[in-house]
Amino acid sequence: MLEIRNLHASVDAREILTGVDLRVDAGEIHAIMGPNGSGKSTLAQVLAGHPAYAVTEGSIVYEGRDLFDMDPEERAQAGLFLAFQYPVAIRGITNAYFLRAAVNAVRKSQGLPELDPLDFLDVLQEKLKAIGWDDSFLNSPVNDGFSGGEKKRNEILQLAVLQPKLAILDETDSGLDIDALRTVAEAVNKLRTPQNATIVVTHYQRLLNYIVPDFVHVLVDGRIARSGGKELALELEARGYEWIRPEAVLG
Amino acid sequence: MTELADGATADPHARYLAEYRDMTEPSVRRGPAWLARIRAAAIAQFAEAGFPTTRQEDWRFTSVAPLTGLPFSLTHRHLAPHIGREHLGLFMPPGPGAAHAVFVNGRFTPGLSSVSGLPGGVKLGSLAEAVRSDAGGTVEAHLGRHALMERNPFTALATACWEDGAFLLVPRGVELEAPVQLLFLAAPGEGPAVSYPRTLIVAERGARVVVVETYAGLADRAYLTNAVTEIVAEDGAQVTCCRIQRESELAYHVAATQSHEGRDAAIASYSIAVGAALARHDVGAVLGGAGAQLTLNGLSVLHGRQHVDHHTTIDHAAPHCESHELFNGIVGDHARAVFTGRIIVRPGAQRTDSKQTNNNLLLSEEARADSQPQLEIHADDVKCTHGATLGPLDQAALFYLQSRGIAPADARALMTYGFGAQIIGTVPVPELRRQLDRLFRATLDRGARHPRLVP
Repeated sequence: MLEIRNLHASVDAREILTGVDLRVDAGEIHAIMGPNGSGKSTLAQVLAGHPAYAVTEGSIVYEGRDLFDMDPEERAQAGLFLAFQYPVAIRGITNAYFLRAAVNAVRKSQGLPELDPLDFLDVLQEKLKAIGWDDSFLNSPVNDGFSGGEKKRNEILQLAVLQPKLAILDETDSGLDIDALRTVAEAVNKLRTPQNATIVVTHYQRLLNYIVPDFVHVLVDGRIARSGGKELALELEARGYEWIRPEAVLG
Repeated sequence: MTELADGATADPHARYLAEYRDMTEPSVRRGPAWLARIRAAAIAQFAEAGFPTTRQEDWRFTSVAPLTGLPFSLTHRHLAPHIGREHLGLFMPPGPGAAHAVFVNGRFTPGLSSVSGLPGGVKLGSLAEAVRSDAGGTVEAHLGRHALMERNPFTALATACWEDGAFLLVPRGVELEAPVQLLFLAAPGEGPAVSYPRTLIVAERGARVVVVETYAGLADRAYLTNAVTEIVAEDGAQVTCCRIQRESELAYHVAATQSHEGRDAAIASYSIAVGAALARHDVGAVLGGAGAQLTLNGLSVLHGRQHVDHHTTIDHAAPHCESHELFNGIVGDHARAVFTGRIIVRPGAQRTDSKQTNNNLLLSEEARADSQPQLEIHADDVKCTHGATLGPLDQAALFYLQSRGIAPADARALMTYGFGAQIIGTVPVPELRRQLDRLFRATLDRGARHPRLVP
């Protein structure tokens, strides 16, 4: 589904990613961990196509296509979804309106007819039911005045409605208390299918108790220094990130 | 005649004075003495003040030179415009049986109006007629007492020259559910026409009413509307007003709206300005009784070379009052939005709670917005906040929408819509919210479909 090769990326002429290699297949959950400043969020933003990040070397192939040939909206239309670390407020636009616009943009790109507000409401209610949430903030402006936890939940609601092939959760656990974390993780697990894949970007192992990864990668100084199974996350939790560092230099 | 016209062009100020003399002899003398005195004082005020210039603080950002350069005259009005009810649908939502009063060139037009059958002794119709039959003295008590002619020469001119307009009286304790629509249509003739629609709305103690004022033109011409509206909410009254300014984009619109609230009264005002080449709207509100509340929200949506200036003055004259003011401007092409938000807290107006926000969205490099708060606080136990923003669409939000599959052009349209929806969404009456929303969407569509070719 996703093949990243020797990815180098910089922001403001400063190189953040220094040669990332990663392969993600359908049905898999990958965790990307690493200390602050290691490039985790940069990797997530580059995948989504943020214009502030310049890719200087390497390639990403997503579903057989060169990702760099695709604009951010095309990536989304092709099933790539980034749950933002810092979701942005869209003032004056309600969640329901925004979600319908997003769903219809994707449908339009697939040659499907747009959903009218009533049809869409049915879809929305069904999704909410599937993840066990109520419709309390559908009529609130997108992320406007939301608490940190509400914003993160809202990202997962979008994930549920848009049903991406590849979801990237960028520090979705940050700012969540344990109950909210569990709620969000349960929703993500319910949305899991053999056809889709998830990349969980996180600093802490905590989230991975609830969203159990098939693979854990440790990003250090802009490249993946070590990969392993879910037990690697526990080891990191116990020992911190420092011990990875020398190996990265050797490798 | 030619001589007069030449002289007039040279001195616009004198031309209006001459027209006042022509029109008021002898009709003014036929009116009640109190009104004649007000008119005389008003024209004297205008004669002395003349038209404002940008050297005056209140007019720094708005030059009226384009307006004074044209020989606007009452004589240029279309005398017999053909207006059928079918025309009204453009400007009013089709509400079966809903009360509406239509004014053509400022004059009440009974044939296009539906003012009967209002409950509880509510009066709706011609202001000139109300002056004549002013049994309870309500008109005399309020007309010209709130919109002060000293504040603005245009208000003085309009106070001197008005012929007719709207009168709405909601008696004590009467609650009117359905919105009352007031529609002011300019029907210009061949030359540059002026009209002076005048409105007086009085909600007596404990009354409740929803009013919509719409200003529109029947022809794309350089006409001038100089409108004055006075709104009185007596103790415990609740007035919700919407104001729609959708004049021709070649027209000039100058207006003053002045409200006065008694104890525990509430006025909620929502205005949208999408028309006129040049518009200046002075909005004044006096919170004159303890516990009064005011919401003053506005939206301007401007394209081409439109210039719209909102000059608001909220006067906290009594303690324990609240005012919330939110004005948004969406400014495209070479257009310019001006906002002045003056807040006065009088001595003794303790526990005033006042919040003012002015946000401007600039859709082009050449678009311009000027925003200036003016706080004059003469009491110590008050909460007053103000804030203003100015800038293009938020790039972070644009990327966020793109990352959800929405193409940049659609994302920009969505965010622009959201910017205005922040104001329209605050309108508490669903049918009015829809009315404003339709106009707002149509205006955005027009701006997007026909980007103005401005040199």
